[in-house]
This record gives sequence, structure tokens and C-alpha cells, in this order.
Amino acid sequence: MAYPKNTSQSYETKPIKSVKSRTVVLPSTDIDTDQIIPARFLRTTTKEGLGKQLFADWRYDASGAPKADFVLNGSEAKGAAILVAGHNFGCGSSREHAPWALMDFGFRAVISTEIADIFRSNSLKNGLLPLVIDKATHTWLLEHPGAEVEIDLETTTLKLPDGKTVKFPIEAFARYCLLNGIDELGYLLNQDDAISRHERAYA
Amino acid sequence: MAQKTLFEKVWERHEVVPETADTPAVLYIDLHLIHEVTTPQAFTLLREQNLKVRRPDRVLATMDHSTPTTTEEIFGRIPIRMESAAQQIHKLEDNCREFGIELLGMTHEHRGIVHIIGPELGATQPGKTIVCGDSHTATHGAFGALAFGIGTTEVGHVLATQCLLQRRPKTLAINVKGRLPAGVTAKDLILAIIGKIGVGGGTGHVIEYRGEAIEALSMDERMTVCNMSIEAGARAGMIAPDETTFAYLKGRPKAPQGAAWDKAVAEWRQLKSDPGARFDREVDIDASTLEPMITYGTHPGMVLPISASVPSKPDDAVFAKALNYMGMTPGERLIDKPINIVFVGSCTNARLSDLELAARVLKGHKVADGVRMLVVPGSQQIKHAAEALGLDKIFIEAGAEWRESGCSMCIGMNGDLAGKGQYVVSTSNRNFEGRQGQGARTLLASPATAAAAAIRGRITDPRQFL
Ligand code: SF4
Repeated sequence: MAYPKNTSQSYETKPIKSVKSRTVVLPSTDIDTDQIIPARFLRTTTKEGLGKQLFADWRYDASGAPKADFVLNGSEAKGAAILVAGHNFGCGSSREHAPWALMDFGFRAVISTEIADIFRSNSLKNGLLPLVIDKATHTWLLEHPGAEVEIDLETTTLKLPDGKTVKFPIEAFARYCLLNGIDELGYLLNQDDAISRHERAYA
Repeated sequence: MAQKTLFEKVWERHEVVPETADTPAVLYIDLHLIHEVTTPQAFTLLREQNLKVRRPDRVLATMDHSTPTTTEEIFGRIPIRMESAAQQIHKLEDNCREFGIELLGMTHEHRGIVHIIGPELGATQPGKTIVCGDSHTATHGAFGALAFGIGTTEVGHVLATQCLLQRRPKTLAINVKGRLPAGVTAKDLILAIIGKIGVGGGTGHVIEYRGEAIEALSMDERMTVCNMSIEAGARAGMIAPDETTFAYLKGRPKAPQGAAWDKAVAEWRQLKSDPGARFDREVDIDASTLEPMITYGTHPGMVLPISASVPSKPDDAVFAKALNYMGMTPGERLIDKPINIVFVGSCTNARLSDLELAARVLKGHKVADGVRMLVVPGSQQIKHAAEALGLDKIFIEAGAEWRESGCSMCIGMNGDLAGKGQYVVSTSNRNFEGRQGQGARTLLASPATAAAAAIRGRITDPRQFL
């Protein structure tokens, strides 16, 4: 494949080969993007700084103070780059602010048994790895918060603390772009001739 | 010849480059709708890259999500109260000016919720590919368009190239037989469908709604159904165009006119799934057995017939958390539960027929003491049409607030919010925690059910008022 130069617009422009980290666990199912970042924080015209508002309504009390019992406020969340969440993560609105907020907080991957379509697509475009894994592994991860795991994008495997590995699916082109630090816009811009042909024929 | 689904016909016509194992398809986009909230970062990208908008003539902008709904603010008699919203609004004005994009701005007579104005202007047409940085873009599928929501990075891709990189989704046919009983609306139907297949039931699929009950729906009703495809996890929902579709579009400002109209209709008639076309999955549902539906939990799949009681799931912690948030107990009957606010609005149910239905229920009644009712038309055109029919008077005399168009309390970005613990019977599409305000409890229902709840101040079967 002849891919063009990087247009350097994704959140992460560095190539991503692997993510190794402790996990943080949010077991709720159907976590929607309104929870990930409530709509009142979308009145922004940039991408930066949204990590502070990540899960704002679960994370802070009415006075704005962090709730001690919410996992992202604990020491276990500091420096953790992998979020393990319940089934059907990221459903709801198309707001790309959701992966921006997760990235800004420090997450580089989300693991679930199902991840909503638009959220998954938005994540891949920003270097946040959306991993869909089998139920048994997922259950184990939910039950072992803080487990040290490693995601290898080259071999598309997730390595568990006992050394066991499980495969995860990922769209081939998105994987290629992430591994090589290429973003998709450059590829699209290179299709100019084909697009013009299509426009002459139909549009 | 291979038998094809409606989706396949539209998809294949728009493949600039077909997908391979290594690369997704390059899909041409006919119409790109944009609004103030999910675009500023995309325009920033264009500027940083020195890129132009490839086809400004295929982009249509409006403002709806964070816009105020008071007349004074909309028409500039007082400044927009919320400064961050004002900034986004001005950013969109600047961006449209700089890149040569048509903007239906604050005071424009065609302004409205993005998914309402596309169809209303006739810009939404059968067979088109339509995208917008908003998940309810699925609405436009009611016309046999392939329409889906995208993120802001993709908004940038479409602005720069008029194309998207897409993997071909799977297809799901939802066959709706029978007819909806009296007093049961399109909203009840889609809520029942989501209840049946679940909020992740359509993930990875494009839905085609078919069958006798679907064919009998008006365009307004078909839009309500397709609108909530995303609440079933599907990025797009489609309905094959037919005479109802053509009659709706004929004469609209952006629809083809004259000889071009006849040619377009002849093409549109081909846009249906061939008799032997295969879907990856099929689900059957019988419309004639449905009742008015209402949600009781914190996602749209937690939905019940209005006469039902809250179920009990003893070992389900997530379910318990949702009920706790909603202030509901297992076994509790939904009918007669007191409510605080009624919201009639949103891209799901703020078209003229929705307002007519709510007004029909409300006429001759008053909004119950202590209940606030907010009616927010989906567009300025709808507002004017409703006023020409005297609907505004019915609402105002009953004690409801009558506003300028916008998303309003569907998302609460403009400050139209419910308070902590308050119950809102809402005609919108999402009942997620905090969607209508921190701690607010949303009960999704039809405009008829919403209006009936306003009268009694309690969850009420609307059929007694119809
Ligand atoms: S009315 Fe609600 S769902 Fe529709 S576009 Fe606006 S915010 Fe989104």
C-alpha cells in the first residue's frame, strides 16, 4: 500500500505499537457519551483540557469536590492508561469530545465486550484503542482492577498478568495508520482523482 | 442479477473506491449538514492544513444545539446569556463566511434543528448519502437516504474531501406487520423496537424498517422511527421511498423541480430492497399489539408499555443503580407516578404533526399545578405553521411555554434544564443520567403521552384524551 505523509492532525501523532498499564475498572454497562463528558462541557471550540470534565457527574459532588468513592479519583487511577468498562461502552451521541476527554485524562485504551460504532471510530482517529474482547477475559478483568496488562497492536493481542494472551479484532487500515503514525485525512486527500471522477459521473 | 437491499443500492452508488481487506471504502457524501457544536475543531484543522472546503455547495449549516430559545436572545434584542454558547455561534458564523458555506443563522426563517430542516427544505432526498456531526442524522434515512452521524475528525474529512473512509456495515431488517392501534404513535413503535432488540441490538448494522405498519406512516412519523435507530445502536436506519415520500418532497425549495423532478422520481422508485435481497439479520414485530410506551430507566432500552410495572432484577447491580437514579422501585406501577416537567420538542418529535397531537390532547385542559411544560418547535418554519393553526394559543392558554426552535431541553446545552430529582416526561430520544440536567430523571414518551402527563401531573395513558 502506498500511503501518503502524515498530516499530523490526530491527537497522537506518534506511532502506537503497544500500551502497557494497570487497568481501571468501570463495570457499568451501556456507559453513554453523556456520562463520559456531559453536554454542558461541549460549549468549547478546542479539544484541549477536557480530561478535567471526564465523567464529571460521577466524579464530583454538587459542590464540585471529587467524590472519594469514585474510581477515577483514587490513587489507582493515577497514571493508568487502560480503562476496562462494562458491555456496550460509548453509546449515545457522536461527540468526539468523549475520546478527547479520555485521552486528556491519560487513557490510551478502552476494553469492553462491545463498543458503540461512532465512539469506536472516533477513538481510532485519536489514537485511543477500542478493544472488544471475549466475555471470559472481560469478566476476569472486571474482577481484577489494577491488573497489569499489555496491548500489542502489532500482533493484536492483549497480554494478561499470567502471560496468557487473547486476540482482539481491529480494523486493518486503522491499525496500519496507528502503527505508522499516519492519519486518514492524508490518505483521503490522495484519492483526489477518483473523487473527481465520481463527481463527474454522479455528483 | 443479484438481489440487493436498499442499503446496498445506495452504498454501491457512492463507492468512490470499494473496500478491500486492507482499506475501507472511500464513500462519497452528497450532503453534509453542520452545526455549531461539533465543527469548530474541524475548521481549525482545515486552517492549520491550508485546506479548502472541497464542495461548499454540498454543505448546509445551521445552529441549534446551544442556541437559546427565548425570542429576545434569538433576535438579538438582548445578548445571548450563555457566553460559551455565543462564542460557538459566532465561530460558526465566521467559519461559514470564510469557507463559503450556506448558513441558516440565528435570525434566518429556515433555522431549526439540523435534522428537521434538511427534510423541510427538501435537501434530504432518497438515495443520497448524508452525514452530520450528530448521531441523530439517522433521521434522514426516512427518505431512503443513507444517513449517519460522524465525529468531528470525520467532519474535517468530509469538508476537505467530500468523502469518508467507511467499512461496509451489516444489514438488519425490522419487519413491522399489522397496523398501529389508535392512540399508539410512531414514537411508541420505535421505543418498542428498542425495548425488543436492546440499546446495542443494532451495533454494526444499518436498519431497514419495512412492512405494512411502516408503509402506513407519514413522513413525520417515519422520521421519528429512523431518528432513534442510534438508540438501538445502529448508525443508520432507512425506509424505502414511496408515494408518501415523493408527495412530501414535491415543491420543497431544495428538491428538484420541473423535468429534473420527474427524472429524480423515476430513479427514486428503484430504491427499494429487491424481493429476494438478503439481510444479515431480520427481526419481526407486530404493531397491532403495541400500547403507548414510556421509559423508566437510564437508557432507552429500559422501556415498558405504559400500563406496566417496573420489573424486578434482584441480582443486577447496574439495574439497581439505574432504578435508584430514577427513584423507581421494582413492582411500582408507572401510571399515576407524579411528574414535574413536560418537554415537547427535539428532532424526534417536534414536527408540526407532533405539536398538533400534543395540542389535541391539551385543548380545553390546563397544565397541572406545579408542572412546567415547555413546547419547543423543531424549526422556525414549524413554529410559524403552528402559529397559523393557532396551536401556540392552545399551549399558552393551557399554561405551557412556547419557544423559538432549537434542541433545548433535549440536551440542555442552552440552559433549558431540569433540576435534580425532577421527573421530565420528554418527547426527545435520550434518557441518560444527567441528559436534561444534573440529577434530572427523563421519561421518554410520545407527544400525546407527554401532553396527557402535563394535564394530570402524573404519568397518564393518553388514550383517555384522544
Ligand atoms: S434535538 Fe436532541 S437529539 Fe436532536 S439534534 Fe438536538 S440535541 Fe441532538
